[in-house]
Amino acid sequence: MNAHDEKRMKQLLQQALPPVGADCEPVHDLWPALRRRLDAGSIRAPWYDWALLAGIGVLTVCFPASIPLLLYYL
Amino acid sequence: MRSEERDVLNEFRQGSVDAFESLFHQHQRAIFGWILRIVRNSATAEDLAVETFWRIYRAHARFEPSRGFEGWARRIATHAALDWLRTRRFEEELPGDIPAPGVADAAVSAEIRLKTAQAFGRLPPKLRIAATLAVVEDRPHKEVAEALGISVVAVRLRVFRALRLLRKDLEQQGITP
Repeated sequence: MNAHDEKRMKQLLQQALPPVGADCEPVHDLWPALRRRLDAGSIRAPWYDWALLAGIGVLTVCFPASIPLLLYYL
Repeated sequence: MRSEERDVLNEFRQGSVDAFESLFHQHQRAIFGWILRIVRNSATAEDLAVETFWRIYRAHARFEPSRGFEGWARRIATHAALDWLRTRRFEEELPGDIPAPGVADAAVSAEIRLKTAQAFGRLPPKLRIAATLAVVEDRPHKEVAEALGISVVAVRLRVFRALRLLRKDLEQQGITP
């Protein structure tokens, strides 16, 4: 593809997809949605994650030989 | 940078929600606009703006105030938009809610414009995002490079590859650009 073809393709693309431009803003206030997500994020870890973590902790204390195996699979 | 701005950035880095809210209100329009340029749909851009600021908040400890907020936020927004493009088939993205061009080239029919837009939607997201920002939106290559986290040369290369693939696709449909 030479420079002329490249220029032609750019023109065609600009015709097909008009630029959005800079003068645009969201229709809705996005802060409430983000705030809900922030609040949910602070208590997001489910109980089974903690149970799994506790299980792994018990396993490593009772069977230290399992540590290399766990590290291998991490 | 004014001392108040620097204080807000430092507080945000420490995890202050108030500082984050201040930065959100200051930059949400710019970030929304940047995402809209990529995804070309207002509702999707709103969702991705929320996702972007959520990622920004989670990454607050990695933020470096000396580098400034907007470029960093724009980079996170670009990656959020790229992730979204990767999960969508091109048919789902068309049509957007962006208005049609005011002055259209009479030599280019509506059908060719539609087929070009569809062929563009079939390009790999990495190439599409570079071409959208650099060609369609006419953003400086340096700005696109910073947003994508690549070099200016890599941007030029991606744009060239995008245009070449687009041309090939159109030729296969019997359209000679």
